[in-house]
Amino acid sequence: MPDFLAELFKLAPGALELGLINALVVLALFLSYTMLNVCDLSTDGCFTLGAAVGAMVALSGHPFLSIIAAMAAGMLSGLVVSFLQTKMGINSLLAGIIVNTGLYSVNILIMKNSSLVNLNKTETVFTLLKEKLKGTFLEGSYRIIIASVFVILVILFLSFFLRTRLGLAIRATGNNPAMVKASSINPAFTTIVGLCVANAFTALSGCLLAQNQKSANIDIGNGMVTVALASLLIGNVFLGKGKVTRRAIGAVLGAVVFRFVYAVALRFNMPASMLKLVSAVIVILAIFIPYAASQSSQVKRRMELKGGRKDA
Amino acid sequence: MLELIGISKTFNPGTLNQKVAIKDLSLKINDGDFITIIGSNGAGKSTLFNAIAGSFVTDSGRIVLDGKDITMLSDHKRARYIGRLFQDPMLGSAPGMSIEENLTLAAGKGGWFSRITKAERKAFKEKLSLLGMGLEDRLEQPVGLLSGGQRQALTLLMATYNPPKVLLLDEHTAALDPATADKVIELTKRIVEENHLTCLMITHNMHQALDLGNRLIMMDGGNIIFDAADEEKKALTTEDLLRKFRENAGKNLDNDRMLLS
Repeated sequence: MPDFLAELFKLAPGALELGLINALVVLALFLSYTMLNVCDLSTDGCFTLGAAVGAMVALSGHPFLSIIAAMAAGMLSGLVVSFLQTKMGINSLLAGIIVNTGLYSVNILIMKNSSLVNLNKTETVFTLLKEKLKGTFLEGSYRIIIASVFVILVILFLSFFLRTRLGLAIRATGNNPAMVKASSINPAFTTIVGLCVANAFTALSGCLLAQNQKSANIDIGNGMVTVALASLLIGNVFLGKGKVTRRAIGAVLGAVVFRFVYAVALRFNMPASMLKLVSAVIVILAIFIPYAASQSSQVKRRMELKGGRKDA
Repeated sequence: MLELIGISKTFNPGTLNQKVAIKDLSLKINDGDFITIIGSNGAGKSTLFNAIAGSFVTDSGRIVLDGKDITMLSDHKRARYIGRLFQDPMLGSAPGMSIEENLTLAAGKGGWFSRITKAERKAFKEKLSLLGMGLEDRLEQPVGLLSGGQRQALTLLMATYNPPKVLLLDEHTAALDPATADKVIELTKRIVEENHLTCLMITHNMHQALDLGNRLIMMDGGNIIFDAADEEKKALTTEDLLRKFRENAGKNLDNDRMLLS
């Protein structure tokens, strides 16, 4: 048993680091899915876009600019998705899928017609901090430090932003668009702002993951929307109610827990390719269980009636 | 002054479901008018409100508010001048947000990045206490926890927080129980009087239509068939209304809910 605990302990840093990087996408979905009530299916492509842009700019020798460029690219992608759904009459799910498809080609183009960009010898924020910390007791923790800093910055931003008038309007847009209009605010505008901000975080996450693993490939974002949604819904279980900050922290916690459970499952010889099936099942269950609970009284009544008929 | 000049609206034109909802309707609404509106089913009462609020652009005619042509102004821009309550108490507020957050959006003060201030909170409490529902102590609670009557009262407060030039009430008490409905009507009367609001109220309750306001309008077939103000309105009885309807519409008043009440 102590062996088992020691094993878990060994898994923790890796899971924490990936969990924190993923948490940025989860926070993006917290904004778009939970707050704005839009299921943004361009998330996968946008994540890859962030990885691609971040990798190319880092390759050109600008490690800090790469992060800003990735976020700007994500914003642009969010702008396109929201424009399609608010100004061109395209259903929001379809808008996401269309942009996702288009982004595949865009991402290949950005990576100079290649599906893989190698960052092995490239200077990134990770390598910079690694050098800075050389010889100190934090030497091994540079990845977690960078991921934590970004997660904390995004949480601070969200807990400020979602309490401003603009943030309230964005939340109301997901809650009751008619009421937003009654407050003389155009819900199209709030949707556009919300999706731009959310996609900036998605792309940031992609950028950090690529720089962390020292490569960006065209598949890096595949299935990300489901993985992030699973994490978000796990987070809801822990801290799903209350103030916005609390729920945002819950989203991060969900991402870390998800990665940790996944790491443990891998340790017990679950094939790595199962990640997506597991996240798909989690999303299904997380949405189905509350639904089933809400329907349970009806189902019970139906069963009783059926039983009654048999008795008669 | 709100002026409707020959407005018309046809739904599904050119199809089997073509429905002329409003036909060449003209109406002058003076500042301070409190107009109650009654009419048969499908008379065009709600369509009239939709036209005023800008839910659609009318097929023809013009809408002029205080000398400004608002015919082409989109609904969310008109909301600055026109407040509106629906029959469904759920439509006016965001259930997942707190009372103070809802009020902040309704108040619409400050820039995009401003946050709720202490002064605003104090003002919210004062206004809420006037409703007499104890909502002033529940500022941080989600609106979804309120009862239908409380939500409609809150919506009334939100719609009139910045006194609108015109307030549209579309059977806003019809979904409430009688006691709560009376309370919301009392609140409506008081808020309209205190702010000298110009108000249009659709109702299926003939007594309400006679008791409230200074002017009464009867609608049928997408137009106004009877319009009485001041002394003329004061003298009206429910029998008068039924007779007027028969004379002017050439049929009996067929609002099913109205006959029940």
